[in-house]
Amino acid sequence: MTGNSFSVSGYGPQRAGWTRLFARDSLARRLDWPILLSAIALSLIGSALVYSATRNRTELNEGDPYYFLIRHLLNTGIGFGLMIGTVWLGHRTLRTAVPILYGLSVFLVLLVLTPLGATINGAHAWIIIGGGFSLQPSEFVKVTIILGMAMLLAARVDAGDKQYPDHRTVLQALGLATVPILVVLLMPDLGSVMVMVIIVLGVLLASGASNRWIFGLIGVGVAGAIAVWQLGVLDEYQINRFAAFANPELDPAGVGYNTNQARIAIGSGGLTGSGLFHGSQTTGQFVPEQQTDFVFTVAGEELGFVGGGLIILLLGVVLWRACRIARETTELYGTVVAAGIIAWFAFQSFENIGMTLGIMPVAGLPLPFVSYGGSSMFAVWVAVGLLQSIRVQRPMSA
Amino acid sequence: MTNIPETGRTPRVQIRLVVIQILVLSLLGTLGGRLWYLQIREGDAYAREASGNHVQQVVEPAVRGSILDARGVPIADNETRLVVSASRTELLKMADDGEAVLTKLAGVLGMKPKEVMDKVRLCDAQTPQPCWNGSPYQPIPVTDEATPRQALQIRERAEDFPGITAEPQAVRRYTSPGGANTAQVLGYLSPVTDEEITKAQDTDSPYLRSDQVGRSGLEREYDKQLRGKAGVTRYEVDNLGRVIGEAEADPAQPGDNLVTSIDARVQRVAEYELNEAMKAARKQYDDNTGENYKADSGSVVVMEAKTGRVVAMASNPTYDPNAWVGGISAGDYAQLTGKDSNYPLLNRAIQGQSAPGSIFKVVSTAAAVEAGYPFNGNYDCSSSYSVGGQVFQNFESQSYGPIDLGRALEVSCDTVFYRLAHSEWQKDGGINPEKGEPNDYFYQAAHDFGLGAETGIDLPNEVTGRVPDREWKQSYWEANKDAWCKTGKKDGSYVEKIAYENCLEGNKMRAGDEINYSIGQGDTLVTPIQMATVYGAIANGGTLYDPTVGKAIVSADGKNVSEIEPTSHGKLPVSKKTLAEMDEALAGVATRGTAAWRFAQDGWPQEEIPMHAKTGTAEVYGKQTTSWFATYTEDYTVVMNISQGGTGSGASGPAVRNIYDALYGVSDDGEINPENALLPTPQKSLPKIKTDGSITAPKVKGDPAKEQRASQQGEAESEPTQQPAAVQTPAAVQTPATGNRDTRRARRGSSRRRRRT
Repeated sequence: MTGNSFSVSGYGPQRAGWTRLFARDSLARRLDWPILLSAIALSLIGSALVYSATRNRTELNEGDPYYFLIRHLLNTGIGFGLMIGTVWLGHRTLRTAVPILYGLSVFLVLLVLTPLGATINGAHAWIIIGGGFSLQPSEFVKVTIILGMAMLLAARVDAGDKQYPDHRTVLQALGLATVPILVVLLMPDLGSVMVMVIIVLGVLLASGASNRWIFGLIGVGVAGAIAVWQLGVLDEYQINRFAAFANPELDPAGVGYNTNQARIAIGSGGLTGSGLFHGSQTTGQFVPEQQTDFVFTVAGEELGFVGGGLIILLLGVVLWRACRIARETTELYGTVVAAGIIAWFAFQSFENIGMTLGIMPVAGLPLPFVSYGGSSMFAVWVAVGLLQSIRVQRPMSA
Repeated sequence: MTNIPETGRTPRVQIRLVVIQILVLSLLGTLGGRLWYLQIREGDAYAREASGNHVQQVVEPAVRGSILDARGVPIADNETRLVVSASRTELLKMADDGEAVLTKLAGVLGMKPKEVMDKVRLCDAQTPQPCWNGSPYQPIPVTDEATPRQALQIRERAEDFPGITAEPQAVRRYTSPGGANTAQVLGYLSPVTDEEITKAQDTDSPYLRSDQVGRSGLEREYDKQLRGKAGVTRYEVDNLGRVIGEAEADPAQPGDNLVTSIDARVQRVAEYELNEAMKAARKQYDDNTGENYKADSGSVVVMEAKTGRVVAMASNPTYDPNAWVGGISAGDYAQLTGKDSNYPLLNRAIQGQSAPGSIFKVVSTAAAVEAGYPFNGNYDCSSSYSVGGQVFQNFESQSYGPIDLGRALEVSCDTVFYRLAHSEWQKDGGINPEKGEPNDYFYQAAHDFGLGAETGIDLPNEVTGRVPDREWKQSYWEANKDAWCKTGKKDGSYVEKIAYENCLEGNKMRAGDEINYSIGQGDTLVTPIQMATVYGAIANGGTLYDPTVGKAIVSADGKNVSEIEPTSHGKLPVSKKTLAEMDEALAGVATRGTAAWRFAQDGWPQEEIPMHAKTGTAEVYGKQTTSWFATYTEDYTVVMNISQGGTGSGASGPAVRNIYDALYGVSDDGEINPENALLPTPQKSLPKIKTDGSITAPKVKGDPAKEQRASQQGEAESEPTQQPAAVQTPAAVQTPATGNRDTRRARRGSSRRRRRT
């Protein structure tokens, strides 16, 4: 059974725009509203947190306290537009464009290694566009790896030829993922590499690939991690992050400063926090990178357990609904894409919040929707668009 | 595998999707649990850590309270200096870290730019002085000697000097009204130590690193009251230490003012007369040593007899207490603490101890009466008294025949007391007392008179003196017997013989010990303040008052006044009758006894102002004699001593007389001129405190000591060559100084001449 016969469903007689949008079986009715509303809520909470973290950072905001707020809202708007575009195109249309998108993203990643690339916080992962904007291609690679692998893995299953992807297909899919992962590893953007490896794992799991591949991949991941550690590929700052994670008391003024101050900020929040814009750790700028990787500390300090818990809950809603979408869609392609997005969002959120809480080592990863950063914002909203598209195009009877 | 669900997926995929969902949920659950742990369970601890992170204290020093004399004249207060300070937090906000501003400031102050920048930098291991070792949030003083012109320049062009302030600040000043520096009584301040800072850190009055703490004298004794409470402002700061808000502010509370019983004018007279007496003594030839008296140190105490309040307390050698203000220089410090200057920081009135000599005889008299010898009995004042082959001579081998105890005090007869002490020693069992407590009346009396213990004066580091009783002898012998037994020789030199004897029986009370002790010699040590307390008690009917310098503590706003009431530490063990008899005998000393040539025979109006006195000339082995003079009237007790100064009435007499002249306004002819009297009766009331807390004070103009002497000029002269009626008796044993009488006469003459010129 293929899903092609359901490609365009529910197109009734032409009605007025507004009513048509919300008519029975309309696109808007079939959207997954919990995901959409949660994503919007997370983005708006993020803008407040980013504003709180940056309004006093004169060395960053060029004297304009709203500099980051405006850009964050702008990024959210663009991301929202990209989501609409993705839904409008549909994930299946995109399926045909995967080779182009994949090629483009790998090209951009390679561009980072040329003199056009820029180093921010130890990771050579950015392309400076000019006008104060920069691009982080590894964020887009996360999307194209998901789409590319899903395309390869689901092709023969969705065509009804096979029940599970065969070894050859799996090998092809892994090859497709390995190229950009190796490039990102060279940057070195270890955080993104970790996310991508988890995405690959999630995609393979959902595709129904043989258990041998799954455990093999986990084994290779562990061996690779050990090799990276042993071979001294890591920079000193990365080793220090692990050392600080292993021993939180270590050098609170130096290596452990960031995690220590982050924990103090969150811990001091208590149940309800000190109130938005009233956190002394935040106002005092004790936590570096607070608008991006450590944005959760603002929530922890100023909004307390209530605010921090709300963010985790909203992420949970997105992931929960995404799981439902993955389970309920008719084609394996949609399932695999959704699973890849779940793996991505789940791991990145866990790593980001976990490092501020001191249960994960520090890695430069943004918190989806909440952290400041254009590339990340665009990528996660495209992912939301993909989820909506998968949801919208499922059969009515499901 | 036929059971393919409608969604088109195999059970394997479905199961794996469920696994993913469970994994995702558990990850989120982990985050939530950890968040709860940090924020709810450990939240308080982190909140404390956070507040330590971002709160900085700026401490504003409290103005130290003044020390005033009994009439309100400040003897230690604060002067306002213009202090120019730089705020590091402000300077660091500038692009060049304030370099331009500091350079400009250096131009205004006439300093080198480097000098200013060095003062403002923070001290660390690599940075040598000058540097700032206080809190970086504290404004850092660049100079405390800015002129009003410079201050105005800075203030008027505030926009040119961001972060720079020019403000008046209080700096300690010892005013020396009328020349009375009162150095040892006031004490001094010195910078707070790291230890003290750490200790006071969490109290409600933390120290500044630039703080000064009272180190001796009244400054130390009343440090807590004078200090006040520093104001603390807590600022919230960011990670670079920039101030982002004010958390809370406690304003500084100025310290209390201390009103003392010191009268600055009398203090000046006492200091001046003490110094003059010592200068005069140094011109006198000492027959015993064959050189002039050294008069190396001395002290005088003027005390209210009925309360124990100290009106004046002078110690010599002395120093300028202002040397400590603004940090003492290394040179000054070495000088003040060095041997060459003979330790001017010591307050010899409470820290100098020496044998009392004959002024101790009031204790022996009381002891004899207590032991059952009637005051009016007949006691042989022979020219000498021998015990076991050892001859104890009366001073200059004078003999008065049988006299009573009163007369023995008047003429300071040693042999009377030798006899009494010896017979008591025998009654107590001699060298080996029988089991059971010996009576030891003579030693018990000394303890009852408060000797061998602190008087409890409100000044730090008072010494106790020593009563050489059996207990002390035993412990002293145990501490020294090894050395004595090592150096002692039976047939060696005098010192070796003494060591030999001490080694054998130094722990036992020998006849000679008690005999010498009875006239205040031997190992007996007293301080001038102890003797002032004793003679004050005889004057006031028997109460031993704790001497006090502080009279009242007045809060800065004048609203709270707490008076320091006189307290006593005992009663004299003397009956009213005996006390009256002793009082009469001591008046006899001034009218017909050893001190008569200083008082009754030198124009003192004994009728109007009954004077009581006792002279003492204590022998110190290897040194010249110590001059002691203890006197009292109805209201005052004056005790003076000069180390290596000569005889009691000889060296100290003129000075004590001049102090009384000043107190009562007595001129040389014995006339009392109330307008010349500085303090005919003790100052009872406190100075007037105005509603704003300030205290009215009369001006002290000129030099009271010199004015006092001038006021006596041109008055009728009393008979200058009158013969002293009795002999001053240096207590001891071996060297009756036969030439003393002539010397004394010559000195008296010279002192007359000095007064006249």
